Amino acid sequence: MNRVTLRKTLISCALLGAVLLLAIVSMSLLGSERLPARASLCALASLGSSACGLTQDQFDILFQIRLPRILLAAAVGGSLATAGAGYQALLRNPLAEPYLLGISNGAAVGTMISLVFFGAIEWTRPLLAFSGAFAATFAVYRLARGRAGATPERLILAGVIVTTFLSSVIVFVTTLMDATRIRSFTFWLLGDLSGSSKALLPVAITITILGALALTLHARSLNLLMLGERDAFDLGVEVGRVRMVVFLVASLLVGSSVAASGSVGYVGLVVPHLARLSLGSDNRISIPAAALGGALFVIVADTVARTIIAPRELPVGAITALIGAPLFIYLLKRV
Amino acid sequence: MLEARDLTIRYDDRTAVADLTLSLKAGEITAIIGPNGAGKSTLLRALNGQIPRVSGVIMLDGQPLERLNRRSISRQIAVVAQEAELRFPVTVLEFVLGGRFAWATNSGWGWETERDLEVANAVIDETELSDLNARLMNELSGGERQRALMARALATEAPILLLDEPTANLDLSHQATLLTLVRKRCDQHRSAALVVTHDINLAAQFANNITLMKQGRAVHSGTPQEVLTPEILQEIFELRVLVDAHPITGGPRVTPIISA
Repeated sequence: MNRVTLRKTLISCALLGAVLLLAIVSMSLLGSERLPARASLCALASLGSSACGLTQDQFDILFQIRLPRILLAAAVGGSLATAGAGYQALLRNPLAEPYLLGISNGAAVGTMISLVFFGAIEWTRPLLAFSGAFAATFAVYRLARGRAGATPERLILAGVIVTTFLSSVIVFVTTLMDATRIRSFTFWLLGDLSGSSKALLPVAITITILGALALTLHARSLNLLMLGERDAFDLGVEVGRVRMVVFLVASLLVGSSVAASGSVGYVGLVVPHLARLSLGSDNRISIPAAALGGALFVIVADTVARTIIAPRELPVGAITALIGAPLFIYLLKRV
Repeated sequence: MLEARDLTIRYDDRTAVADLTLSLKAGEITAIIGPNGAGKSTLLRALNGQIPRVSGVIMLDGQPLERLNRRSISRQIAVVAQEAELRFPVTVLEFVLGGRFAWATNSGWGWETERDLEVANAVIDETELSDLNARLMNELSGGERQRALMARALATEAPILLLDEPTANLDLSHQATLLTLVRKRCDQHRSAALVVTHDINLAAQFANNITLMKQGRAVHSGTPQEVLTPEILQEIFELRVLVDAHPITGGPRVTPIISA
């Protein structure tokens, strides 16, 4: 693998960005309701200022339903993949992933508490989701640190403990809900973009972009942390500060994505792994590439989820887990 | 250059280093010798500011260590310690370039400069790793990895080197190469080195000073001739040894006497 340079990073990210844009446009044409391609492209190119001959219904499907959903998928995917890449570098563990470590569950508990107790106040959802994610991150980190440091196995076990504990909390909170909401909740828990709230879209997109930037700006420190906390310390990294930044930013990313769409699993595992495989382990390239790749991955997975048995839909988390779980087994054998 | 005065370090209720005073001088190699658990590695970590101390001061070029920020300490002090297990694929060049972190003007998303590459390639040459430049670290043998660690420490251009068992994984010829490299740094660049080692004879040949540690205390310090005596070594290791003159260097040569 050649050494990563600024030039290589910019070219790779520009290419991924172009593919992402292409996916956003093309996937918005797919769905249970067929839209005329040429007119839709024309309307998209005009950013919605001109209908280009689409009927009002078609225009609304494109701009009120599909595009927001695709953009949310991009935000969720970008968030989770970036958070995964951050956790992996910081915890020195290619298996670290927000869903597997129970961090998504922490955010889910926060979201549910907000829904049950502060249902009317929408902004409490991302806030409590972030708090839940941060608490879970901290719990896993402390549990995983043994006398001999955190081995990959110990980290995953800590994740299992946190996940199962929080799952029982989720079950407990679910019993406080009325029966009609439980089914939509089960879907949401698996990761579902269909019932998502539009109000959270700008928040999710902003957090994704800022979060990916923040972690990318710590990429060089993370490169050294990947080699071990002691090594990083010796070479001049302020380990405590960088760790806190990554924990906070990653929790924010997971919190906002879970608040918007539930626990979409394995994105944080699959995408950073592919980024490292194709571009190398240098976080200066793999983190921004994971952010763009994650967006792409969840857009495609969600399009599959909403078209494969149309007009019915699968939760997108079911698709990502179908792809992610076998990869996890493969990685586990190599660690 | 680096000085510790009355240093005491405790882990919970166990005292790892007690009232230790030590001074590293430009151009000199100081070896730390002592039985396992004597506090040698703890001392090395403390000198770099990684382990908090109960009492005592550490001065780096006349300034208390805690007044300096992490990056400026790393430009002054480089550490070679037992490596952590690598779980991500990193090439030798990338690994060695890690040593340039403390010099980066942009520590976040900055990129290596031409000078960083020059320095890295020069130390890769010095440590005889040029052929392995593009190889992944986890494909290397233990000895090759140890040399990459050394290369990374040299790449920091820090005038103070703290080495924890730097020769542990090396064959005879690479042991000599590595210590010659440290010697050269001290002679030509007026660097100072602290070497924690179990190899008394290697220390006798390369070190200007030897400090013998036992149970956290610096029991004896001096030139190899002064401290490598049968009496002192028996006191430290509780083992009878034969000390004679090395036929070529004339320095002390230590052979344990193992009676059946």
